[in-house]
Amino acid sequence: MRPMRLVCASVVAGGLVLEPSAAHAQDNAQSIQQQIDQLRREFDALKQQYDQRLTALEAKLGGGPPPAAETPPPVAAPAQPTAQVPPGAEGAGGPAGALPVYGGAAAASKIFNPDMAVIGDFLGAAGTNSVQPDPFALGSNHPFPLQMHESEASFQAVVDPYARADFFLSFGEEGVSVEEGYVTFTSLPGGLLTRVGRMRAAFGKVNSLHNHVLPWTDRPIVNYNLVGGEDGISDAGFSVARLIPNPWLFLEATGQVFRGDSGAEGSPLFQTTRRSELSYVGHLRAYQDITENSNIDLGASYSRGHNGLLFDSASPDLGSRVTQLYGVDATFRWRPLQRSIYHSFVGRTEWIWSRRDQEDGLQSGVGMYISGDYQFGRRWFVGARYDRSDRATDASLLDTGGSLVLTYWPSEFSQIRGQYRRTNYALGSAADEFLFQFQFSIGAHGAHPF
Amino acid sequence: MKIAIRLAALAPAIVFAATAAFAQGKLNVVATTEDLASIGREVGGDRISIEAIARGYQDPHFVEAKPSFILKLMKAEVLIVVGKELEIGWLPPLIQQSRNSKIQVGADGYLDASLSARILEIPTGQITRAMGDVHPLGNPHYWLDPENGKRIAKDIADKFSQFRPNDRAYFEQRLADFTTRLDAAEKGWLAKMAPYKGTKVATYHRSFPNFAERFGLDIMGYVEPRPGIPPSPQHTLDLINEMKRQNVKIVLVEPYFDLKTPNAIGRDTGAIVLVMPPSVGGVKEVTDYFKLFDYDINLLVDAIRKTGAGK
Repeated sequence: MRPMRLVCASVVAGGLVLEPSAAHAQDNAQSIQQQIDQLRREFDALKQQYDQRLTALEAKLGGGPPPAAETPPPVAAPAQPTAQVPPGAEGAGGPAGALPVYGGAAAASKIFNPDMAVIGDFLGAAGTNSVQPDPFALGSNHPFPLQMHESEASFQAVVDPYARADFFLSFGEEGVSVEEGYVTFTSLPGGLLTRVGRMRAAFGKVNSLHNHVLPWTDRPIVNYNLVGGEDGISDAGFSVARLIPNPWLFLEATGQVFRGDSGAEGSPLFQTTRRSELSYVGHLRAYQDITENSNIDLGASYSRGHNGLLFDSASPDLGSRVTQLYGVDATFRWRPLQRSIYHSFVGRTEWIWSRRDQEDGLQSGVGMYISGDYQFGRRWFVGARYDRSDRATDASLLDTGGSLVLTYWPSEFSQIRGQYRRTNYALGSAADEFLFQFQFSIGAHGAHPF
Repeated sequence: MKIAIRLAALAPAIVFAATAAFAQGKLNVVATTEDLASIGREVGGDRISIEAIARGYQDPHFVEAKPSFILKLMKAEVLIVVGKELEIGWLPPLIQQSRNSKIQVGADGYLDASLSARILEIPTGQITRAMGDVHPLGNPHYWLDPENGKRIAKDIADKFSQFRPNDRAYFEQRLADFTTRLDAAEKGWLAKMAPYKGTKVATYHRSFPNFAERFGLDIMGYVEPRPGIPPSPQHTLDLINEMKRQNVKIVLVEPYFDLKTPNAIGRDTGAIVLVMPPSVGGVKEVTDYFKLFDYDINLLVDAIRKTGAGK
């Protein structure tokens, strides 16, 4: 403001010196003085207006309270972006001159983009395994010692006041798949939590977990042998969960209906031959806090689906045979609240029974794992797991194994893990392997798994 | 006689029914932290029932999304959150599974307490995770300024009134009373801290910028090299050297952090390590929002006097 005053004053002074007549000079001086006053008033008004705008902007950016008792700055109508009518298109009653551009608000629409993140899961293996060449996929014959096993892209957002949507796309070594993609209706009456789409089924614990939240580099043998491998029971369908009110504990019942195709390619768990061959999953979860620092989580699961083996290959209309799965799981967690970022323990076991109808009769297999993971520092975890499982197609074959795991977290967004795994296969020699994993996440901050 | 006996028999049932009706009339509120619950209690009085999810002595960034919290949220009419992504790691799945349309983000029962508060450390320019677990919307520990406490209380009173219009006068009267008491208390706290304005301190995490701004502390460094990243030897050494150079005699540590590195810094620099709760419930004595400042300011003033750090 001061420089402007000086300039004005100089101009006025210069003007005065150049005027020959004193009276004329006086008139001129008055006129100039009026102009200066006018300029000053306009300048002050402008300054006040900008001050108000600046304060409002600062309050908005700083999240502070808006300044009290202020007159809101005049709001100019937003300028409508325009484009010229293309040459040759004018006339004949058509538009002329400038046309509005309706996509002008596109930049603002970015705020409705979903939360996005990508999680990379790099796996490696050393040691020999003659039975299972691919260390992370049973049945695969690719002896990949190093794998960019999975790049999981997630997109999550609220759809409308009644629902939210979650998509998890898995980019693997050999293609892309929708690991999960579902809409969740959050506001249905009757306390029902309903999901529609493709999802991991609520069968037991491990089946519902994504790779990056597992406490190991692989999945337990029982999941490979009886529950469809890494993909597990994961299918398109409906899920309805309801809390069962009671004064004692958290009790949730989940019912799910799927199309009926699940499991690894080549050795499916469920496979449909007819439209009516749906698969079903039922899960009951009971949870109770024992103390402020510890809790117990129990579950019982049932699943039924067709396995694609026809009753009579001469009459495919009769449909295919049925596989039934029963499971129970128990998880004990301990985490001292005041030191929750430094110490924790999770002990978990799952038992699964499989009854698979085949041409050679009913195969009844059973499998289980038990594991413990202890966090002994802010970044360090150690764990162990024991595996034991019959095979679904031949329950007389029993595989057993054990693992020791060490995990290091450079930060909340990356993880390095080493796992020693010994597997005693029913057929073939035992395998001793060292598996390692680098996991890293970019993008939106996801929720911590529980 | 028979009538009297019948009435006597019915009395407990009548009392029970009346109590139940009264209880039903109370606004059911859940707050994510004990600080918000304390302010909510000041404003809501006996017309609300309120409970907190995170305990004051646990790190509010890392709360487990336990199913028992779902049961609390299921019945809540109002959910008060700190916001600014403090609860991003655990609250979204709880809200989603609560099956409660009233408290979904954006619904009437969802109150983000940060909306009127003065927020510091809003990052400018490009933000990356190389900065650590940075909060892109600004520092979420804003309740540690009594001025923000008043703003939070005002928002809470408005929200309660929206749900219980008949109790509006009650909530407004309690808000006015809370504000008057907080004004008086704040004057006392400021007077206590006035002689020590500009005292330099180091803190473990970036939990105290609003507190420091209000009460005139100068935070010169952090034990964490970056938010959410545990201390490294090189950073600790740099901090020790800087503390010695600037003659810093106080290290503030939140109750949920390990004291090993702060104690090592204290031994090397001669600084006092203070476990200073940033939240109500952080230590046993701090049972409400007033006692939080009473405790923290007494702790600080004693330490400053002892070390002569304020001179």
